Amino acid sequence: MTETLNVTVDRRDGLAVIYTEGYINNQGGEEIAKVAYKLLDEGYKLLLLNLAGTKIVNSIGISILIEIIEKMLEIDGKLGFCCLTPTIEKTFHIMGLAQYAPIYSDEASAVAQIRA
Amino acid sequence: MSEDVLREVTLALPMVPDMELEASKTAAAIAESIRMSPDRIDEIRHAVIEACINALEYSGAEEVFVTFQVLGDPDPEKLRIMVVDHGIGFSPGDMPKKSKRGHGLKIMRGLMDEMEIHSGPGGTTVVMSKMR
Repeated sequence: MTETLNVTVDRRDGLAVIYTEGYINNQGGEEIAKVAYKLLDEGYKLLLLNLAGTKIVNSIGISILIEIIEKMLEIDGKLGFCCLTPTIEKTFHIMGLAQYAPIYSDEASAVAQIRA
Repeated sequence: MSEDVLREVTLALPMVPDMELEASKTAAAIAESIRMSPDRIDEIRHAVIEACINALEYSGAEEVFVTFQVLGDPDPEKLRIMVVDHGIGFSPGDMPKKSKRGHGLKIMRGLMDEMEIHSGPGGTTVVMSKMR
């Protein structure tokens, strides 16, 4: 019955875009964290999480995303989010996540802003 | 405004991973049946998920009961959702600052129009509602 999250990565000259597809719960959050920390180990300090393929997140998944944001702040990196549903964006604001990681409506503007 | 119960559905869900998705699908189906907007339906789905995972993570109960009530007179005006477990209960004031459960309660309050929690040694009941 467990719903899995698919995570794929597009590496682009110092910036990596992480695409998710499915439910971001405890396991999904851990999967994203594993991928993000591997990218940091590879030297990527600019990350974008494109959540176009995710329609549901829960608070445990979001708490893991906050841990990733904290890690990015520690290393002076940048992490942004794009392509969120209105409810996921609202939930990120409720949890305070939007204070520390910018949210963009589309991938192109997100990439431009994170690189700026 | 009258709050007659026009329709009521109760799910009894075992405490297994992703059971919250079953509850959220039922919530979406009932909200769609009273023609709520897609964004409001999505908010209800997320709130139901939070209430169910709180029960799953912290109650110690074997199952959770999720009741959906369509309220109104004569037409549907509101969806009320009650999430009940017969577990160990908790006090929201006792939650550690970094508690994942604390975030869940904040999300439910932020996404629904009304939300109440009753908790004690006999279990926890979350009652939340959203206008159509």
